[in-house]
Amino acid sequence: MKISGFDVELQRLMAPVPIWHARVSVDEWRAGAAAAREGGGRLLAMWGGAGLADAPQPVACAAYVVLEGLLWLELPLDDEQPTYPDLLPFFPAAARMQRACADLSGILTKGSKDLRPWLNHGAWPLDYFPLRDGVAAPGAFADAALVNYPFVRVEGDGVHEIAVGPVHAGIIEPGHFRFSVVGEKVLRLEQRLGYTHKGIEQRMTQLDPLLASRLAGRVSGDSTVAYAWAYCMALESASACAVPARALWMRALMLERERIANHLGDLGALGNDAAFAFGLAQFSRLREDWLRLSEEMLGHRLMMDCVVPGGVTQDIQGAHIDPLTRQCDAVAREVQTLHAIYEEHAGLQDRFMTTGCVTPALAAQLGLTGLAGRASAQALDLRCDHAAAPYDLLQVKMATHRNGDVAARVSVRFDEVLESLRLIKLILAGLPVGPLRQELVLPAQPSRGVGWVEGWRGEIFVALELSDASSEQRIRRCHLHDPSWQNWPVLEHAIIGNIVPDFPLINKSFNLSYSGHDL
Amino acid sequence: MIWKIAKQIAKNGIRTEPAPDIGEAVANEIGRLQAEVLAILGQSLAIRLVDAGSCNGCELEINALGNPYYNIEGLGIKFVASPRHADMLLVTGPVSRNMVTALKRTYEAIPEPKLVVAVGDCGCDGGIFGESYASCGRVSNVIPVDWVVPGCPPPPLEILRGILSAVRRRIV
Repeated sequence: MKISGFDVELQRLMAPVPIWHARVSVDEWRAGAAAAREGGGRLLAMWGGAGLADAPQPVACAAYVVLEGLLWLELPLDDEQPTYPDLLPFFPAAARMQRACADLSGILTKGSKDLRPWLNHGAWPLDYFPLRDGVAAPGAFADAALVNYPFVRVEGDGVHEIAVGPVHAGIIEPGHFRFSVVGEKVLRLEQRLGYTHKGIEQRMTQLDPLLASRLAGRVSGDSTVAYAWAYCMALESASACAVPARALWMRALMLERERIANHLGDLGALGNDAAFAFGLAQFSRLREDWLRLSEEMLGHRLMMDCVVPGGVTQDIQGAHIDPLTRQCDAVAREVQTLHAIYEEHAGLQDRFMTTGCVTPALAAQLGLTGLAGRASAQALDLRCDHAAAPYDLLQVKMATHRNGDVAARVSVRFDEVLESLRLIKLILAGLPVGPLRQELVLPAQPSRGVGWVEGWRGEIFVALELSDASSEQRIRRCHLHDPSWQNWPVLEHAIIGNIVPDFPLINKSFNLSYSGHDL
Repeated sequence: MIWKIAKQIAKNGIRTEPAPDIGEAVANEIGRLQAEVLAILGQSLAIRLVDAGSCNGCELEINALGNPYYNIEGLGIKFVASPRHADMLLVTGPVSRNMVTALKRTYEAIPEPKLVVAVGDCGCDGGIFGESYASCGRVSNVIPVDWVVPGCPPPPLEILRGILSAVRRRIV
């Protein structure tokens, strides 16, 4: 198989979505990036690490989304001087991923200008690379002072800085925002993330592959189903395990329930951030009802650990279908009522409209993805573009908007809630009979697999490499990618020219993950 | 517009549920506790949350305490923006090394009696993340902890029970 504009033989991986892999040379690495860019493709993820047992030298990996599907390119690097051609000229979204690669794997881009560490804040030595093979993890590092981070300074008459975080004034995750402002107007925002980095990718390699779905489900707690599914898809694809149909439908049911739970929470919080407390009270009530039924029917309010390698742990009995369907109808009615109130509320719309705008052109240039991307006319939804079972039978209607402001992101959420409610009813009506789980046998040979799932925030991607049966650590490398990587830098653009008090509203309208990004 | 809002409010009524039982407490335990909170801490209980590296699961459930069912503010418990206004520190997550300084500084900024409750399995024992080059594990490895609330994530009622238990243990 070859794709247009890129003359390299690709190997198709066994996965429910179209995914190809190739080991490439330096020239092909560049050609691949150029072909993806010219063909209207996107950079999905970029990561590095040590190679497999049969090829121990370090590698750089990139995943592109092209028309035909997903392209995983792997570039073996020189042991002594592990450098690779910079992807920044092709995809601006590569910037932070490349800095993270340098921190975690010690591989560098050729001629990279921004050498500031991204995830390493000085708490562990700069010459310790947790994802490089052969580097044993030391027992403990001495407490180290955090390194002063050189933020980009904005100069000019009356410009001053506002520093926020890492501990924020609410019940949210930690991160640092540095605003350069004149009066109330924001000239520039620079983020510093990485505070919740807890070494997930290294931890992954220490776990039994069959149990590691627990850790994958805790990369970002609000997307636990999406992450667990993506990891399991990767493991199942590496192990050639056929998942029973009923299990796939159950996964889709839980994924849509997760999407609705998050959208309900966000819609309430967005009303609240525009001083409309009524919205928060109503939507948080709906969310609580929703979570309680999840606990009753599926055993966990957030549905953690329900998706496992080979299938799912939870089943829906015949008697449960009725309450779940009825809840969908009730929530649909209430959401429609609240949608009308939001739409007609002049004060709310005044705060929402034209605030935090990302034009479709900017979104395309910077690679804005997922829900926020769809609100800026980036018509991308894995459930439609490369529908894997059971989505191939459900005909998902993608919600998009052109305005790219807070109002557009609110509108997309309303549309997606109603669409997911429709999907859940379809799933409940069409749930195939059969087993819930297929026993997964790990392959004897080294192998690789990929998971790619449309979570509520955007596409979750997992690239997994297993070593052969003789090695103690079966997971050689597991890269977990959150759509927040693409969207955080775009938030820096969305705030430009807005006033400081609108930042919480704009930030919430994206609702990006810190933990999923920091890993 | 205002009629639509009023109608929606009236239709749904009051959903607040009674506060949870904390152990072998009798029916008036909560009332007594509230009186104690009031007598000892002043007006009410002010809490500052620090996410020291969690996956955000615990934050979702702590946020849920504000919904009409649990109505935590109705019990006289309020989440505040500054640690200097807080009686209690709620900490989630394994403490990432990148958050150690921020957590310690927040703890130092809290006035006495500096109550600390670690929420979630990660805060209790490091959880699935454990200790590594990037994670210090349990919260008590970094600051003193009065009470732990296990669970992954603990449901809102358990968190509320933990908050009330910590107050009773240290104050009463």
